[in-house]
Amino acid sequence: MGKMIRVLVAKPGLDGHDRGAKVVANALKDAGMEVIYTGLHQTPELIAEAAVQEDVDVVGLSILSGAHMTLFPRIMELLKEKGGGDIMVFGGGIIPAEDVEELEKFGVARVFGPGTDTNDIVSFLKEKLHG
Amino acid sequence: MNEKEIKEYKRKKREYYDTLQECNLQDIDFTTVSSEPVEPLYGPDDIEGLDYQEELGFPGSYPYTRGVYPSMYRGRFWTMRQFAGFGSAADTNRRYHYLLDHGQTGLSVAFDMPTIMGYDSDHERSLGEVGKCGVAIDSLQDMETMFKGIDQSMVTTSMTINAPAAILLSFYLCAGEKKGVPFEKMGGTIQNDILKEYIAQKSWIFPPEPSMRIITDILEFCSQHVPRWNTISISGYHIREAGSTAAQELAFTLADGFAYVEAGIEAGLDVDEFAPRLSFFFNSHLDFFEEIAKYRAARRIWARRMKEKYGATKKKSLLMRFHTQTAGCSLTAQQPENNIVRTAFQALSAVLGGTQSLHTNSMDETLALPSEKAVRIALRTQQLIAHETGVVNSADPLAGSYMVEAKTRELERQAEDYFERIEELGGVVKAIERGFFQKEISRAAYEYQKAVENGRKIVVGVNKFVMKDEKIDIPLLKVDADVEMKQRDDLEKLRSGRDNDKVARELEALGEAAAGSDNIIPAILECARCYCTEGEIITELKKVFGEYQEPIFL
Amino acid sequence: MRSAAKLDKIVDDFRAGNTAATGRLLSIMENGGPEAERVIEKILPDIKGIYRIGFTGPPGAGKSTLISRLASYYRKQDEKLGIIVVDPSSPFSGGALLGDRVRMQNLSSDPGIFVRSLANRGTLGGISNCTDEAVDIFDASGKDVVFIETVGVGQSELAVAEKTHTVVVILVPESGDGIQAMKAGLMEIGDIFVMNKSDHQDAGMAAREIEASLKMKRVEEGDWEPRVILTSGLKDEGVDRLKESLDQHRKYLEDSGLMKRKRREILYSRVRSALIDRLDRRIRSSRRITELVEARMEDVYHSRISPYTLVHEIDSMIKIE
Repeated sequence: MGKMIRVLVAKPGLDGHDRGAKVVANALKDAGMEVIYTGLHQTPELIAEAAVQEDVDVVGLSILSGAHMTLFPRIMELLKEKGGGDIMVFGGGIIPAEDVEELEKFGVARVFGPGTDTNDIVSFLKEKLHG
Repeated sequence: MNEKEIKEYKRKKREYYDTLQECNLQDIDFTTVSSEPVEPLYGPDDIEGLDYQEELGFPGSYPYTRGVYPSMYRGRFWTMRQFAGFGSAADTNRRYHYLLDHGQTGLSVAFDMPTIMGYDSDHERSLGEVGKCGVAIDSLQDMETMFKGIDQSMVTTSMTINAPAAILLSFYLCAGEKKGVPFEKMGGTIQNDILKEYIAQKSWIFPPEPSMRIITDILEFCSQHVPRWNTISISGYHIREAGSTAAQELAFTLADGFAYVEAGIEAGLDVDEFAPRLSFFFNSHLDFFEEIAKYRAARRIWARRMKEKYGATKKKSLLMRFHTQTAGCSLTAQQPENNIVRTAFQALSAVLGGTQSLHTNSMDETLALPSEKAVRIALRTQQLIAHETGVVNSADPLAGSYMVEAKTRELERQAEDYFERIEELGGVVKAIERGFFQKEISRAAYEYQKAVENGRKIVVGVNKFVMKDEKIDIPLLKVDADVEMKQRDDLEKLRSGRDNDKVARELEALGEAAAGSDNIIPAILECARCYCTEGEIITELKKVFGEYQEPIFL
Repeated sequence: MRSAAKLDKIVDDFRAGNTAATGRLLSIMENGGPEAERVIEKILPDIKGIYRIGFTGPPGAGKSTLISRLASYYRKQDEKLGIIVVDPSSPFSGGALLGDRVRMQNLSSDPGIFVRSLANRGTLGGISNCTDEAVDIFDASGKDVVFIETVGVGQSELAVAEKTHTVVVILVPESGDGIQAMKAGLMEIGDIFVMNKSDHQDAGMAAREIEASLKMKRVEEGDWEPRVILTSGLKDEGVDRLKESLDQHRKYLEDSGLMKRKRREILYSRVRSALIDRLDRRIRSSRRITELVEARMEDVYHSRISPYTLVHEIDSMIKIE
């Protein structure tokens, strides 16, 4: 077995739709990962700080409020600033295809849309992190 | 059936089940979408002892199982009320005119997240969220723009707003007042259901105690001054969207409803004064019969408890009126056109369940806010059901169906079980603090997800009948990126152009009212009239009431 | 494994106060092994023996909320805090869901506080294997106090008591926690008992019950008398009194010399467990011993020799002295 994968699952933005974030957090735990869940209404600053304190390998962001084009880049910027530039970032939520493209160009590893099989997220993370 | 007939029936039924054993059955999951088992056949023994008057009654009479009005849809159809709002107040105003021109009969406002959470558009927490999933309203000025050219005495308006409901209601009333419409002529609904926010939707501001006080203040104020206003729309919709089962949606929503009734009574109000203005809001999910049974059970439970437990005597206090929205969480991003069909079935079950108003989701809602065309198709779906299918001709047409009656009873029983458990935990607020609802819902949501992933539950286009490399070609609505900038500019202008001494005085008066025991609505109205912003009013109230901290349950 | 240069760089960044480097060192401690040992060697001069407070109690007692409130009282006196939150790993998947941070998220923006969630990765006792090492990191980073929060579900309390100077037992009036606490031996280890959720109707009575049973314990003249404090973490009530009691206990430990003794005990138990761990690994990796065990297990199985005879034989092969 490789190194333990540590994941921060965070819910930035003001909306309260945490169903997806919780389902993903549980699924990653069941797949043998250590998942730190930060709860709702998190500012980009708090998320980035938690990610470096917890020294996670990856941050999963769930955004359904339409603020993704602001929040993703902001969080990635802050991660870099705080010395967590090597932390992988992936996302999920209601995000139109053209925005997904732009986010991936910006360095978001992957955006999982509605209806994603959590197994796909698990295998994506394992492949990316354990190769 | 007499005894002999029952005996004979039971013998035949055993025979039937024996035959069934020998049949080749498909290897699929025969359960409801809530994972409840369903019998292969329902018969007279499933509704044994059904007392028509006691359990069903006639439409418009106790216990209202068959509907709340005698004429039901022969009198008038349900209100076709499409939830809409995006961008600026002016953008939304244009959409409202479009919808009214296409035959919509009521308005329904979707606010953006900063408005819902009580932040002004220029607050740092609003960054990137302004006008995104609803309309941005910062002050009375925005409300005036949103209702420009719309007669507030003619349309009824539903506002999906909870923690800051008192403020947005005040903005609305003042906007009407400025056009010369008196409070008592304005009708509509504020969601104002804070309990389900703690349970499922998570858009809270203040802790439960002061939140309940604001709500009872609204109940009191409206029963005296805005009699046509529905003061709370007790909502199961979000509980279901968060992943609950049908039984949980039914039970938790009604439990919330009873909690408001108890709070009103405790605050010294007469139950028959405020109960008639309580309405409900349910989710219409995919499982056709389970949903219909849910609505019927809901009406029956409400009527019985209101009468027997809370001593309500007015007919209007006993009958449960509800709005329905088709299930957003059932829609798929894959092959989005299929969502039109899903929504149609869901709308049909809501109508067969006797809803008073209905929102049908647009096919593109898992991708973005709905485009105009998608909204039109959604609205047409309702018009089709009303005018073409014939289901409106008779009230509660599925009554007497062995299955529907049995399911109605079963859901009622499951709800009663939940009421008991909530009672044991010390009531709704205590159960929230202990995470009871949150845990029940989380568990159900995760179980459902697992059932989909291991293929026991089929979602067309997602885990079966999948199209590889599907290209989505429906036009999506793009919210103008300038909204945030514009909204900030407007705020700046507003703040420099108003009477700021008066603003400071009214805010201070509000703080005093909040700290005391007077009804706070008049003070909020005064703040609205002199163009205090929502954020300013909320900040003032936070000083007195504090902020809610969620106990977290995974 | 990282190159020596890379590890040096992380330690340098850590010394410069970089959060990410601190986070990384904590992970190295979690993963253990020679790399962790090397880090400890490097930071050894900075380790001063930080004051440790353990918090334990049943799940749902509101520990995290209370701790996050308490933290702000320490910050008011400008004391820097490290907080370690330990949660169990799933015995099935090995994964863990660490959700306590949620209630401490508001602390994240304060540079004087560092919160780290640890999964116990199968360690018995509800406390993570690397707790001591993680404490060292906080110690060397210049923190003044470290909080260690664990779920108290049976065996964990002893482990917490062993690794901390002061133990706070957090209970709630509901569900007969008091009785459970007495049964589970929490009464033996607590220096301060907190009855959280003080607005609960039974809080006062539950607190008195605990007090009564504490009185039954014999306390020598001048010894610390365990006490019970009513708090509400959610409403920030009584937390000031908890802070006062903690200060008093800390002073008591220092005045009585117990602080030093405890530090010695903590270090001694750490040497012991590291040694046992090392021996265990050596024994398991020794071919001669493995062969001997394989050959002689047959005899043990057929009762020709006792298990102890075999142990004596292995013992004589190790020849420590």
